[in-house]
Amino acid sequence: MEQQATWTKTLKPGGKWSGIIGRGRLVRLTALGPGANVSTLLYHADNPAERCNLPDTLKAQHTAHLTKGQVLMSDNGRVLASIVEDSLGWHDPLGAYTTRSMTDAKYGKTTYQELRNDWLRNARDNFATELVRSGLSLRDLVPAVNFFSKVWCDAEGRMHFASGHCPANASVTLRTELDTLFIFSNTPHPLDPAPSYPSVPVRIDVLPAEPVDPATDACVNFRGENRRAFDNTWAYIALRRNLG
Amino acid sequence: MTDFVRKESGLREEDAVYDAVVPAGEGWMRDLEPGQVLRIVDLEGNQAVDTLFYDADDPEDHYSAAQTMAAQGGIYLTTGSVLLAESGKPLVTIVADTCGRHDTLGGACSAQSNTVRYAHEKEHMHNCRDTFMRLLAERGGYSKRDLAPNVNFFMNVPVTPEGGLTFADGVSSPGCYVEMRAETRVTVLISNCPQLNNPCNAYNPTPVRLLIWNP
Repeated sequence: MEQQATWTKTLKPGGKWSGIIGRGRLVRLTALGPGANVSTLLYHADNPAERCNLPDTLKAQHTAHLTKGQVLMSDNGRVLASIVEDSLGWHDPLGAYTTRSMTDAKYGKTTYQELRNDWLRNARDNFATELVRSGLSLRDLVPAVNFFSKVWCDAEGRMHFASGHCPANASVTLRTELDTLFIFSNTPHPLDPAPSYPSVPVRIDVLPAEPVDPATDACVNFRGENRRAFDNTWAYIALRRNLG
Repeated sequence: MTDFVRKESGLREEDAVYDAVVPAGEGWMRDLEPGQVLRIVDLEGNQAVDTLFYDADDPEDHYSAAQTMAAQGGIYLTTGSVLLAESGKPLVTIVADTCGRHDTLGGACSAQSNTVRYAHEKEHMHNCRDTFMRLLAERGGYSKRDLAPNVNFFMNVPVTPEGGLTFADGVSSPGCYVEMRAETRVTVLISNCPQLNNPCNAYNPTPVRLLIWNP
């Protein structure tokens, strides 16, 4: 049974969105065409100096790709969001995001003056805008999660973009474990060799999540490391929330 | 077997303008002028040297592991790797390396990540991020927001084609070194890792030697 979304937003190609999504919600991203990529930054809304730390996330879960059962950890050993559903099996956590110069070099220089709002946006400018809008700045830039993209590494450490990885209607669902500031940029993966700028809209649906059952929840019980990161998260909430 | 790129340096120790040993668990923060070369020597082998770089003229522009890896199309750092800031500006270039591979995916240990990775009772243990934060506080003008994912010199963190992340035995040995040339005025922040829970340093953090040459 499809649950009614409490909030929906469609990111146009090149589009961006940022905002705080409170804990206990599902955040579902759906690719409305093949070959989507959403570069994403996550910060703890209570104190954005605490942010998604991909090295800590990957080391703790012994992985270089993200999928269902895994969680996005902060640099304070807490879980910002869990991955509770995933139709793809691989989202790229190696962190790259596009810049103006990269985008110009690959797809040809475009300008607002010439193309108005059809000019080709880049992730760094999108991030910069949204960071500043939340009182942050470029010093807060860190490696991004690239949802819908797969980059695999060979024995020499060369990075290979898996073209065709993301079909139309692919989706991934996060569950917020803390109040989280999300910054989404619907901009191409820097390693995507496609010669034309991917024009894939991505829909964001936010829905209420069921309460987490620590005994059975797949993300809590994925590994001992995940359980301890949830312990840290629950301890934070117990200390932080108002009594009574 | 993976090919490692090992390149010797032509610089002589007696010509260095700076020469110091950083014991295990200590930190180091210093500016390099453009063209200066910093050598880090792994004195006893398989030590992790957690390192961050900042544009000294724009400290808000920190080292970017993601930009560096994407620009070179590979995850390991060695001779020829240009370490970039978030802005894309080159900070340092690795010009010699007798180890052959360095990690920039694994980040730095912290009290909090130690609770996650090992056990809650590990929280009291000394760790790299505490060293980073203490040195940033002493220097002034920096905050936790400036602590981005770092380089782990001499660490080997292979990624499998299936997307697994492993902490392999070290590829460094006593006396291995890596050298980097400053491409701009760059601030270098080092934590000589005190991690006692990870077999990759044989549970025995050891000192490193730092040398600097003028151009």
